[in-house]
Order: sequence, then C-alpha cells, then structure tokens
Amino acid sequence: MLLNQEVILENLAAKLRIDILKMIFEAQSGHPGGSFSAIDMMTALYSKVMKHDPQNPDSPDRDRFILSKGHAAPALYAILAHHGYFPQENLKTLRKMGSPLQGHPEKNKLPGVEASTGSLGQGISIGIGMALAGKLDGKNYRTYVLVGDGEINEGQVWEAALFAPNHQLDHLVVILDHNGQQLDGSVQEIMPLDPLAEKWRAFGWNVIEINGHRMNEILDAFEKAGSTRGKPTIIIAKTIKGKGVSFMENNNEFHGMAPNKEQFTLALQELEHA
Amino acid sequence: MLRVIPTNPEGQKPTVRKKVLGKATRDAYGETLLQLGKENPNIVALDADLSKSTKSNLFAKAFPDRFFNFGICEANMVSAAAGLASSGKIPFTSSFASFLMCKGFDQIRMGIANPGLNVKLVGSHGGISLGEDGASQQSVEDFALALALPRIAVVQPADEVSTQALTRQIAAYHGPVYMRTGRPKAPILYTPQDKITLGKANILKEGTDVTIFACGLMVAEALEAADILGLKGDKIGVIDMHTIRPIDENAIFTAARNSKAFVVAEEHLVHGGLGAAIAQVVSTFYPVPIEFVGLKDTYAESGTPPELFEKYGLNAAAIVQAVENVLNRKD
Repeated sequence: MLLNQEVILENLAAKLRIDILKMIFEAQSGHPGGSFSAIDMMTALYSKVMKHDPQNPDSPDRDRFILSKGHAAPALYAILAHHGYFPQENLKTLRKMGSPLQGHPEKNKLPGVEASTGSLGQGISIGIGMALAGKLDGKNYRTYVLVGDGEINEGQVWEAALFAPNHQLDHLVVILDHNGQQLDGSVQEIMPLDPLAEKWRAFGWNVIEINGHRMNEILDAFEKAGSTRGKPTIIIAKTIKGKGVSFMENNNEFHGMAPNKEQFTLALQELEHA
Repeated sequence: MLRVIPTNPEGQKPTVRKKVLGKATRDAYGETLLQLGKENPNIVALDADLSKSTKSNLFAKAFPDRFFNFGICEANMVSAAAGLASSGKIPFTSSFASFLMCKGFDQIRMGIANPGLNVKLVGSHGGISLGEDGASQQSVEDFALALALPRIAVVQPADEVSTQALTRQIAAYHGPVYMRTGRPKAPILYTPQDKITLGKANILKEGTDVTIFACGLMVAEALEAADILGLKGDKIGVIDMHTIRPIDENAIFTAARNSKAFVVAEEHLVHGGLGAAIAQVVSTFYPVPIEFVGLKDTYAESGTPPELFEKYGLNAAAIVQAVENVLNRKD
C-alpha cells in the first residue's frame, strides 16, 4: 500500500519533469537544473503532505508553501497547474508578455503563489511571518519554505535561522535543496557550507537529512517534521541538479539555460522512458 | 538687487510667532500605536532592538504576545512583516529610518512593494535632527528610497497632533506605507480640532508671492520664515505636505497658479524627496521657479540639531534666503 503511494508520486514527479522541460523549451529561457532537483519534494508536499484547496487558494487554514529559490518557478507552476490552480494550457505562457507565469514567482499574479521571490534569501523570513500569524490566530497550518544551498550564502537566511528556534516555530519547515551547485560553480568552491547539519543544529533546529529524490525518505521526513514540537525543522535533502536528464545532471550549464531543439528531444525521450 | 516691498494690505501688524514645543513625533506615534493596539487585535508591532527609541516599546509592554523583537536583523524583520501581512495582520514595523529603509530595502522591494502588502514601515530618528550620533544614524535618503518603490505611501507628520491623526489613518489605509518620525520635540502646529487627512496637503498660510512647501520639522521653520518675510509685506503661503505620496496635486496646481513661485523645505537630500516630487508634478502642468531647501549633495555630521540645521541650511533663515532667491527668479 505504502509502496503504491510512492510509485504514484514518483510517476507524477516524472510527468511534472516533462511539463517543466516543455515550459522552459517553449520559453527558451528558465532554470531547468534547480527545478528538477526540487520537484520530487514539491510533488510530495502538494500531493500528500500539505493541506490546500485549489478552489479556495486563500483559505486562512491552508498550509503555505514558499519557493524561496524563485528561479525554480517552472517546478512551482507545473505543480500548481497539475493541482488545478490554473489551466494546464497556461504553462505554455511561461516568461511571455502578459502571462501571470513570470520568470520568477509573483504573489497576486497567480493563485497559489504565496510570496514574490527571486531575490534570494527572503523566503524563510516570510515563512516566519506566516508562522507567527498562525500562532497568534491559534491556527495549526504549517509553513513550508524551499531554499537552495547556494541561496543560504545570504546573511538574511542566518538572521532567520537565529529567530525561528527562539520563537519555537515548530510549524515552520525549511527544505534545503542541497544539490551542491550554484551559478558560478560548486558550492564547495564558491562558499563551502560544511559542517552544514551541525550549523543548523547549533542554531537550535531539528535537522533531518535525506536523499531528496527518494520518495520514501521524503515522506518520512515530512512526517517527522510534523511530529516535532518546540523547534522548527530543516530537511537537508541531498539532490542532483538537473536530476532526470542525464546530460543535465550536475551540469551547471543548465542552471539557467533552456535546451535547444536537439537537447529537448533527447531530454524528452529520457524523461518519457524514466 | 532691490525688490519693491508691498505694504501690508490688511493693515494688521505682522509678528513672528513663537514656537511652542510639543511631543516628539516618535512619542506621539508610540502612544497612538498603543491605542490602536487596544482597538484592533490584528495590529502587531515589530522592532529591531530599538523599541525604546522608536517608542514601539509602549505597545510591547501592553501586548507582549503581539510584539516581536527581531534583534538587529532588519532584513529578517521586514520579510517577516510581509508574511504577517499576507496572513491578515497589520504589522507596524519600526527601526531607525536609515536602517529600516537601507538595510531592509530589497526585502521591502520584493516582499512588500511588489505584492502591495499591508505593511506599515515606521522609521524613527528621521533626518539629521537626531543630532550627535552623526551621519551613520541620520537618514537623509529614506524618502528617495521609499519613493523609488511603486505603491508605497510616504508620510512625514510635523507635530504630535498630525502624528496621531496620520498614524490612525495609515492603520486604516489598506496598503504599504512608509512613515518617518523624528527624535526631538516638535513645535505644535495643530489643535486636535484641525483636520489632517492622509493624501491631502494642509494649507497653513495663504500667500500670493511665494508658496513654501515643507514637511516634518521644516514646517515650523517655514512658518517662521513666512512671518519674517511678512514683516516686510511679502505674502508667503505655507503648506504642510505631510503626505509625499500620494501627493496632493490639486494643492500644488492651485499654489502654482496663485503664487507662481515655490520653495520646498525638507530634512532630506534635495534630490529624490519632497522637492523632487513637487517639481515633477508642477513641471508637467504649470512650471514655476522652485528653490530647494535641504541637504545639498552631502551627509551631515555630529552636532546639536540647531547647530546642524544652521550649518546645513535647514532653518527659517535659510528658507528666507531661498524665498528671496526665488522671488528674484520669478517673472
């Protein structure tokens, strides 16, 4: 039974990867690498973990998801379209004039987008505000924030890391998409983060480390985060940038570049036969 | 060059009024925020380890559950305000004007201005009148920063009564606001019966020779300057432009027609603030010569507020000089 659920989610993630690839190819710009590394976790969140209602996207009791690494917008749009926040057809308009599917997510342009992101480092702080509001109102919604590992170079992330445990924000869950790459090269070269888990633990966070492409580990981590009291949780998810397309995997060229026609055909074949 | 000085037509004996000091605008803000907290449970207050100075500490004491001290982390505070606002709260977010606007700028831009969220940013210790702490604490570019961002209303009350009124109104107004308050005691301009409306200029003195637009502490200086010039028979209008955005275009157009020359006085750099905003409005419709009173392409330094106002040309004497200059340029 459990196995079935994982297979269903894995299949969905594979379908969403195809949507992402098509969107970026159609737009001829966008960020495939970081969208592919994050999509498995986002699939689990929207399909199994989060309480949300596409018919009522502003419900005060909904769980919140903030894509702090806003350049992975195609992943967010693919998943929102899948869940019926807007017609699937609109995915074709990514990055085009007049489209609500902006290059980076903009709140109020598209239902389901909780925050305007793209200037890195702000998502956890916004999530803190939502978590504080939830506590004040006696609501039990949870706030999930997906950040990149390059993104946590930003000083504001560590301001937020200091704050959240101090306020026992146990309804705040940060997912770190740890693909090891940032725009100019590997995280190890540009701004090493190790010892990463120890840093967050030292700040007072509940730290869970997983493989961010294994659905069983992802679901298990969200469950553990849900039962943790008194402190916020960070799920450090080891991922592969460009996951799912062999020539994009760990290839930083595809951080922010669309595939050409030939690459698109190859990638599509791989994803369809995954 | 000598000008012909008209006689005083009403036959009244002109005098120069005395300044009567009231509360600092930051004190009036803190007290009003406390009152608002009693009236509206959705109001929350945020500060970055300066609550004793910004006066959000009054709210903090009364409503500890609705007050969040972020420590010296302005960026985190501003983004969290966005999260609170998007979940239905009305966050009054305070720090020194310089830190709030400069350190929080990108967070204000993306988190608040872009989605147009209902966050109230209140920068205390605005301008150079905080004095001795020097240039690092003085905010001389905060209006320019706020005005550079779409959608944010920009407000600077001049005295305690207008602070009370405007604080209440920005709480009721749905949308992002930047309000600047000041450190020193402010001269009293209004009585509680006076009408002060967000977005509407207050005409304090009618005049046909020159109109002085001012905000904050410069309003009292402008009135003094107008009185001094009145002794010579000049008819100088004075307008309290407490709301810089949305700007009261009608007041500007009417003053342009009636007086055909402006002086704008603000405790801010002469570029990017109230003067620039007024010049932009008037130049599109009814260009008139304008003199700008403010900091001229410089930061200030440590000193007492009166010393600084004199050195950097922010007092009645400097406004009088600016009026003389603009009268000479008037057709």
